[in-house]
Amino acid sequence: MSTIDYSEKIPNNVNLSEDRTLQRALEHWQPNYLQWWRDMGPDGSNGFDVYLRTAINVTPEGWANFDHVKMPDYRWGIFLAQQDENRKVNFGEHKGESAWQEVPGEHRANLRRMIVTQGDTEPASVEQQRHLGLTAPSNYDLRNLFQINVEEGRHLWAMVYLLHKYFGRDGREEAEALLQRNSGDQDNPRILEAFNEETPDWLAFYMFTYFTDRDGKFQLNALSESGFDPLSRTCRFMLTEEAHHMFVGESGISRVLSRTAAIMKQHGIEDPEEVRKHGVIDLPTIQRYLNFHFSVTIDLFGADQSSNAATFYSTGLKGRYEETKRDDDHLLKNNQYKILDIANGQLVEREVPMLNALNEVLRDDYIRDSVAGVARWNRVLEKAGLAFRLVTPHKAFNRHIGTFASQKISPDGRVISEAEWAANVRNWLPSEEDRAYVASLMGRVVEPGKMANWIAPPPVGINRQPVDFEYVRFN
Amino acid sequence: MNAPEQIVLIRQHLIDPEVCIRCNTCEETCPIDAITHDSRNYVVDPAICNGCNACISPCPTGSIDHWRTLPRTAAYSLEEQFSWDELPVQQEVPEDSAVETPAETAVEQALADGMQINAAVSPTSAIAPWSAAHPYINLYLNKNPVTATVAGNYRLTAADTESDIHHIVLDFGNQFFPILEGQSIGIIPPGVDENGKPHYIRMYSVASPRSGEREGYNNLSLTVKRVVSDHDGKAVRGVGSNYLCDLQKGEQVQVTGPFGANYLMPNHAGSNILMICTGTGSAPMRAMTEHRRRMFAKGQPLDGKLMLFFGARTPEELPYFGPLLKLPPAFIDMHLAFSRQPDQPRAYVQDKIREAGAAVTALLGGDTYVYICGLKGMEAGVMEALREACSAAGMDWAAVHAKMVKEGRFHVETY
Repeated sequence: MSTIDYSEKIPNNVNLSEDRTLQRALEHWQPNYLQWWRDMGPDGSNGFDVYLRTAINVTPEGWANFDHVKMPDYRWGIFLAQQDENRKVNFGEHKGESAWQEVPGEHRANLRRMIVTQGDTEPASVEQQRHLGLTAPSNYDLRNLFQINVEEGRHLWAMVYLLHKYFGRDGREEAEALLQRNSGDQDNPRILEAFNEETPDWLAFYMFTYFTDRDGKFQLNALSESGFDPLSRTCRFMLTEEAHHMFVGESGISRVLSRTAAIMKQHGIEDPEEVRKHGVIDLPTIQRYLNFHFSVTIDLFGADQSSNAATFYSTGLKGRYEETKRDDDHLLKNNQYKILDIANGQLVEREVPMLNALNEVLRDDYIRDSVAGVARWNRVLEKAGLAFRLVTPHKAFNRHIGTFASQKISPDGRVISEAEWAANVRNWLPSEEDRAYVASLMGRVVEPGKMANWIAPPPVGINRQPVDFEYVRFN
Repeated sequence: MNAPEQIVLIRQHLIDPEVCIRCNTCEETCPIDAITHDSRNYVVDPAICNGCNACISPCPTGSIDHWRTLPRTAAYSLEEQFSWDELPVQQEVPEDSAVETPAETAVEQALADGMQINAAVSPTSAIAPWSAAHPYINLYLNKNPVTATVAGNYRLTAADTESDIHHIVLDFGNQFFPILEGQSIGIIPPGVDENGKPHYIRMYSVASPRSGEREGYNNLSLTVKRVVSDHDGKAVRGVGSNYLCDLQKGEQVQVTGPFGANYLMPNHAGSNILMICTGTGSAPMRAMTEHRRRMFAKGQPLDGKLMLFFGARTPEELPYFGPLLKLPPAFIDMHLAFSRQPDQPRAYVQDKIREAGAAVTALLGGDTYVYICGLKGMEAGVMEALREACSAAGMDWAAVHAKMVKEGRFHVETY
């Protein structure tokens, strides 16, 4: 069923009204969610009319409906992609069986853990971004921020629905806990480290939406291959929403680069200090932000060798990125994969059973995708006739998970000493001064069509609206 | 004809590589797998895209909504598109060129095997008649096809003719598969092609009316010609058509669809329908005629007229020849054209249109909807005959035609 019932308290396309117990449980959770949104959602956005995209059904014709919606009256709900009756478990030991509509008892704990981990990232990013509305570089950007926020909130709903519907009392408790943990909270932080980092400025926001939401694309894609069909359908619909979040990041950085390049050409300058005097973000600072967000994000894929990942795969719970498009046996019992290790003070490749290296497989897929986007950013510089090029750091650089957690590795992939690290870290990762400089540029620009000095306007508006459209009305 | 050869232009659907963020949403959304990617770009295959626009709204960037008008022979290949850093600029288009848009050229009919893009060079309506029933489209796609059971398969053309056309009935049991006259379905032939990839879907117009091939049963029929040679006469064994023609009763078929939102019949009882077709192009005409015939048989109010021009080489090769002859003249004004009858001059549909010029123009002046379907070769002759008939009646064909196209009243599908 594709139609979303908006007449219900909780909009849904899962016939919620036919399951009174579940409906009551979710209606009990809803006020807590709204309270969480009031406490931790976007700062000072109450009463704004925001030009938001809302799904009216989950088919291509209906899922992107645009209109001004008063914050926070966005109708969060439960939307699953259309069911494929013939869907099978496509990998692992259950390959070829019909996809599961209920949780297999023996995999219950693992599935719950995966759903909770994914669910925990969704409200975390809302929390990380809550102050950004106060420094939006344009009306257009402010709208994009709110769109991302409401959809991250909806992704939380999606995971909470699964917990409530399929995991009984445990699930309800986990759903409560999702609202109790908070990003960066000393006592009760979010589960994954990257989601406890601050997103203090819009450069960080664009980097986050480019790199970390792209992690979302890969994780959701791997989960959408799951043999547990409700999880697969949930993730498939979330992926359609995630795309916009990555777009905000990719185009945001392009616009920053474009503006910086224009100023550099206009004044014939290259020295970062000179560039900063013109109120735009110098290219080395952008590179350092990139290094930080790239390395923190690839940690999200987990340890390079993981027996959990092997179990998730073998039991059909979590597949690989584009699992069904791959030409192997989808069992992987006899396959090997090369992972990185350190031997004699150097990085070396080592073959390990692929099943144990599935985190690394997903990470490498992700890295390929990320690197391609960085090449697109470089074309902005290339077109402007600048010699500077952004590069992604080596995947062992600045890692806090897995083999390299306790090692110092340079961005170009050399094992280095603590001393060399300390001497160079300010060139490789954003320094306090860098962050303070970027923060100094952040001032609110919300008049339609106007842009902050440090960023170029977008090439096209949202939903074919002009760039100077009033995307957010402040009432 | 001495007219200079017209350059056929297409509107090619392209993705702007400068704006696209490679999020994969378009590829995931495309119902007929026309979108693909390499490590560099997402691109649209011009041989597959039918302009259904399902990809447009889910795209977060707007990069998907780009179109270039260019000669069909110069369409950008996948390889070219993969190599782009930015979109090519729109080249100047000669003013007198005919332009096809994918939206107008919904892929509906497979004569030669493979996805047939509507080859129509005449302007055709991009919208359905105002009173058309609302169609369901894209309910079942490659990723979730529906399984139908063959309820019947018999040869329509005489056994001693070269042309092997089959009438195939597919039953959907209790599965939801609503179809309207003029819509088409996709068939997924089992197995793989020479590159080891699963066969892509083949499109076929449905020959039965909305109430089913057998009224009250959840089934539909197709009119399929067995393809044994390509357009140039070279021996080629069509994958889809041979698979379908060889099916036995009780076998199962993977079906996608329904497809098509424009080539639909008017629903108001006063509307006239002018149908011009050849060979298996008769499938949608049979569907529309049968829908009206059932209304007629039940005594339902029906003021509109039906007029049919139908061409084949011989009566033995004309699908549905027998049943057609049983229709009363009060119900349908029928003109059959045969081009290979011994002892008779060759006659084509355009000749019959000229002969019936007065009746045709009388109809064109009224609340009439025109449907053309068949081999591409018929199109120029038919258009010329319609122009001549109008001219003889003092009507301005260009104006009539343009108005009908705009109002969803002129539908052309040729291949």
